[in-house]
Parts: sequence; C-alpha cells; structure tokens
Amino acid sequence: MKIHEYQGKELLRRYDVKVPRGRVARTVAEAEAAAGELGLPVVVKAQIHAGGRGKGGGVKLARTMEEVPELAGKILGMNLVTHQTGPEGRIVQTLLIEEGLRIKQEFYLGIVLDRAASQLVFMASQAGGMDIEEVAAHTPEKILKEYIDPAVGMQPFQARKLAFGLGLAPELIGKATKFMLALYRASIELDASLVEINPFLLTEDGDLYALDAKVTFDDNALYRHKEYEELRDLNEEAELEIEASKYDLNYIKLDGNIACMVNGAGLAMATMDIIKLAGGEPANFLDVGGGASQQRVENAFRILLADENVQAVLINIFGGIVRCDMVARGVVEAARNLNVERPIVVRLEGTNVEEGQAVLRESGMNFIVASGMKDAAEKVVAAAG
Amino acid sequence: MSVLVDRSTRLVVQGLTGKEGTFHALQMRDYGTNIVGGVTPGKGGSVHEGFPVFNTVSEAAAEAGANASVIYVPPPFAADAIMEAADAGVALIVCITEGIPTLDMVKAYHYVKARGVRLVGPNCPGVISPGHCKVGIMPGRIHLEGRVGVVSRSGTLTYEAVGQLTALGIGQSTCIGIGGDPVIGTTQRDALELFNDDPDTDAVVMIGEIGGTAEEEAAEYVKQNMKKPVVGFICGQTAPPGRRMGHAGAIIAGGKGTAAEKMTAMQAAGIHVVKSPADIGSKIKEVLG
Repeated sequence: MKIHEYQGKELLRRYDVKVPRGRVARTVAEAEAAAGELGLPVVVKAQIHAGGRGKGGGVKLARTMEEVPELAGKILGMNLVTHQTGPEGRIVQTLLIEEGLRIKQEFYLGIVLDRAASQLVFMASQAGGMDIEEVAAHTPEKILKEYIDPAVGMQPFQARKLAFGLGLAPELIGKATKFMLALYRASIELDASLVEINPFLLTEDGDLYALDAKVTFDDNALYRHKEYEELRDLNEEAELEIEASKYDLNYIKLDGNIACMVNGAGLAMATMDIIKLAGGEPANFLDVGGGASQQRVENAFRILLADENVQAVLINIFGGIVRCDMVARGVVEAARNLNVERPIVVRLEGTNVEEGQAVLRESGMNFIVASGMKDAAEKVVAAAG
Repeated sequence: MSVLVDRSTRLVVQGLTGKEGTFHALQMRDYGTNIVGGVTPGKGGSVHEGFPVFNTVSEAAAEAGANASVIYVPPPFAADAIMEAADAGVALIVCITEGIPTLDMVKAYHYVKARGVRLVGPNCPGVISPGHCKVGIMPGRIHLEGRVGVVSRSGTLTYEAVGQLTALGIGQSTCIGIGGDPVIGTTQRDALELFNDDPDTDAVVMIGEIGGTAEEEAAEYVKQNMKKPVVGFICGQTAPPGRRMGHAGAIIAGGKGTAAEKMTAMQAAGIHVVKSPADIGSKIKEVLG
C-alpha cells in the first residue's frame, strides 16, 4: 500500500525521524495560510503516489509571498506526468507546503527487503537526490549496504559504518546514527515494505532532515494496522480497482479489449501472455480465486464488463479441487443473471471437464467452448474482432 | 524415487482441526499420504477424523514419529507455526498459508535455515510425488507417476503444466510448488539441485514469474551444473511495471524483475524457454525425444 509523502513524514515524525515543518494544503488559500505560519521561503510540493515529481514540475520553491498562490495555483489541478505515472499522468489534488531549508549536501537512505538474501538491507549513498535505480544500475559501488540480522535488528555500529561511509564530519556521526536507527525502528514498527529518504539532507546549519519520504506498507501486514485504512487515497486508484477491492477480487485494469477471468495469479498472468501471443491485448489481470464460486464469478463479470473497452471475455479455470461442472454451473448462472451480451469464451480444464463443457453447451447460451489455452486465446481474439 | 516426499514421509498437519486443514488432510489421506497426526494447541489428546491431535509439534514428533509438517494456519500465526516445526526437528516443512507479513517471514526464514531444516513455501500448493505421497492442496488426480520434475512459483499454472504432461502420457517424479511470496524457503535453484541429484528424474519443468532474481540464479546453476534438460516458462510477459500481480512477490520493481530479463538469462544458460504456456508439455516431449 502506497501513501503520500506528507503522510509518511507524519508517521516518521512519531519515531523521532527529523522532517521539515510542513502543512497540507488542498486550496490556494490554505497554501497561503501555511506559508504565513511557516515563514519564507517555502517549498510547494505536489502530493501524488509517484516519484520524479520534481522533474515533472510538481515541486517549486517560493521565495516571496506573491509566489505562493501563483505556484500553488499552477500545481494544484495540474496533470503531473513523471516516469512513474506513465504518460496519462496524475491530477494533483493535495500540496505539502514545507519550510525551505538551506542545503549543504544531499544523500540517500533506504530500507528495503533484499529478496535474494531474504533480509532487510539498509542502503546509504552520497548520490542523493538522484534516481537511485539509475545509480544502482550504473554505479552500484556508490551504494553502501548493511544487511540486518532479523534476530537482533539493526545495530548502532552498522549505522556508524554507513555514516562514516557517507563521509560525514566526525561531529555529525552521532546525529546521523541516531537518525538511521530511528528510521529503522520506524520501518519495522510500521511494517513498511519500503522506506526511502531521498534526499537525506545535511543543512548549512549542520542539521539532518528527511527532505523527502517514501513509505510503502506491506499489504500482508495491513491486518495489524487498521489505522492505515484512513491513509488510503481513492483518487490514486482506478475506479474499477476500487470496486473490485470491495469484493476482495484481485483485479488490475489494463488497456486492451479482451477481458480475462482466471483462477490463480500465475495462470492469470499466463492467460494475459497467451492472449497477447494470439494477437490480442488483455484488458485486465483478474484472479477470481481458487474456488471460482458463482458469487465471485458474478462479481467478477460485473467488474470486467464495466470496462467499456472490453469486446470479449475469456474465462480460464483450472478445476483442481473444485470440479469443472460446478464452475460451469456458476458461470452459466452468473452470465444469465447479468444478461451478458458480449462474447464469452470458456476454457475449463481438470476434474470433470467433459461434464463442465456439457453444462455450458446445454445452457442455451452463446458460450464459445474452448479446449486448451491456445485454442481459448485464438477464439477470444477472433471473437473480439 | 522422488525428492522431498515419498512413502517414508510421516506427516503432521498443523492447523488440522480448521476447515482448510481438515479438508486437505482427508484429501491427502485418500491419496495415500501417511498422516500421523495433527496439531491444534488446546485440543491435544483428542481424535479428529481419525487423526490423533497433539498440542505441540514436538509432541507429534516424539509420540507419532512425524518427520514432516504441512501448515494450514492463518497468516497471523503461520510464521510461529513454521518456527515451531523447525524447533521440533522435523526435516521438511511445507507452508501453504498465503498472506504472511514479510517481516514475520524474514525471521522465520533465518530461524529455519539456522536449524538446517528444509522449508517449502509459504503461499504455495505444496509438494507431490505422484503415486506415493501428496503434501499440500494440489489435486492429486491430474498427476501421473513418472520421471519429470516440476518446480513452480504458481499454483494453478503448475496444475496447467502438469495437466499438459499427463495428457501426453508424461509422468512426474515430484512437483514442487515453491510459492509466490518474496521470501520463500526453497528457491528454483534449490529445487533444480534436488532434481539434478535425483536418479529418477530425467528432465525438469521450471515455471517462474516476474519479480526478484530467483530465475536468474537458477539459470546460473543450470549453466554450471545441470546434467538434465530444463524447460522453462515465465509468466507476466505482459504485466505492467510497479503493480503486484496477485502474488506478493510478482512485481516488477524499479524496472527489475521483468519476464524478458529472466527469459534471456534462462536461454543463455541453455534452458529450453517457451514463450507460450500452452507449449510446456510439448516442449518436454520434444527434449525427451
């Protein structure tokens, strides 16, 4: 689960991670009031769930009071396009107005799971304020890493190693160590899957700040952080995905015209792939779940068909424990209840597949019955026209 | 022969008395798996569907001689269940549970590793040696006893591949569902190593997906060590970056972990990579000649 910078900073502040003073503004008037409270200069920062906001023109410094409404007005409502939003961009609805700090040096700090090591890794780099993925790709030696032993957690010596490695002056080592340990504690207690401070700022006055903060939560741990529900921003999610999440359906909207409904995430991805290989474009990813019950199939149909680009639907179910004839009856009932008119290709495989196909053929409805994934993909691409 | 599970497997079911645990314990028993008991804290001493119930895995190991465990415990308690099994000294732990918090799993992973115990999963369908022993939730019927090993991060996509093999009359030695999470006990590489050393496995199907670098590491192993042909498929060739495709581990993060990268690495290592999931079975037939 992603959250905004201002929300991440609010959480980090609770763990004594130093962040600039700031106020949230949703109107130009609120931005002006915030600047009045904070004092000049202020930074006006667009709040969207994507990186690269500065380059996209979503972060600006206001040196005078006149500039505040001007910049706030320009950024609020703008369609901000960054390398992470995709070409469609994101409409800015919220601003973070922050005190302007005098920058001496910018660093990078990040805590993330290293999947190959199955351990958290605390990363630090002098290459602050840059795209860290670029740094990792071209100059990996500029990223310092400390692997965290999960039994004991991050130790002060590890933070010290990183602080010295960043080339900080001796009088700053204690402060930086404290900052990093606080950040580590926050990442653990928040169940973050990613905490990234880029830039980690050293000011002219010798203070250390999280100038930006990206905090992402582990979806599997949300059950023990009920309070995160309030941090969810529905403006950042596609409408149909919000709808699907109400029914606990794993749905991701894509740009194609062939909808697919599959049981299991791997098979769902493979189904998208084979649609593409057959010359079509998948309209979505959807894992309807192992059981593929009538109720879930019906909910899934509703979501898929609400996408106006969809011209045909491919249902690909591998009946393992659940029998194909049961799944087929559910599909028939769901399609009948919803009066689905767009062509539906159904491919069933596994237990009782013949009985399942018979149920579909004898339903009196216009199902196109396929055998095998290749056949199914070719039939649905033809049906979509 | 087979790897990980066979007729000598003496299985304990953690979470036996829950709905999932009960259902699958009965399915496994029907398949012929030797289930020596179940564990549900507080219900020790009782009998559930003919299975003796123990309070702890240690008791099940000591009193019933359990040497493997399968876990159907809900996510908040699953990491603890894994560590309990490792502490009890069983040789193999198969964790089916989906949705375990990553930080819990990191702890459990290192706890298990330090004790030299093999963990498969979590978030996996389990392990089956067709005709001998089934530990997990996969449908036994679709399998056929034989000499092809299967390793996969997915559930139903594994069944799809197995279904294709069985339809062609090609049996399987063991099918290992390693799980779709970012932190898992047994990797593709580990599974390939097991199959490489198994005299009764002639070829391997390896099914990967986007996210992480496990397939690249497996490819490196194949290049250096593999004596048997491997057929590979990667799902998620059309997945958008930055989105979690159902499985917690299936995400292209920071431009890394794409299907294209993995397929290139696998091809370079001599793995027979198929682009279409429909071609897995026929490719194995082709390489076996």
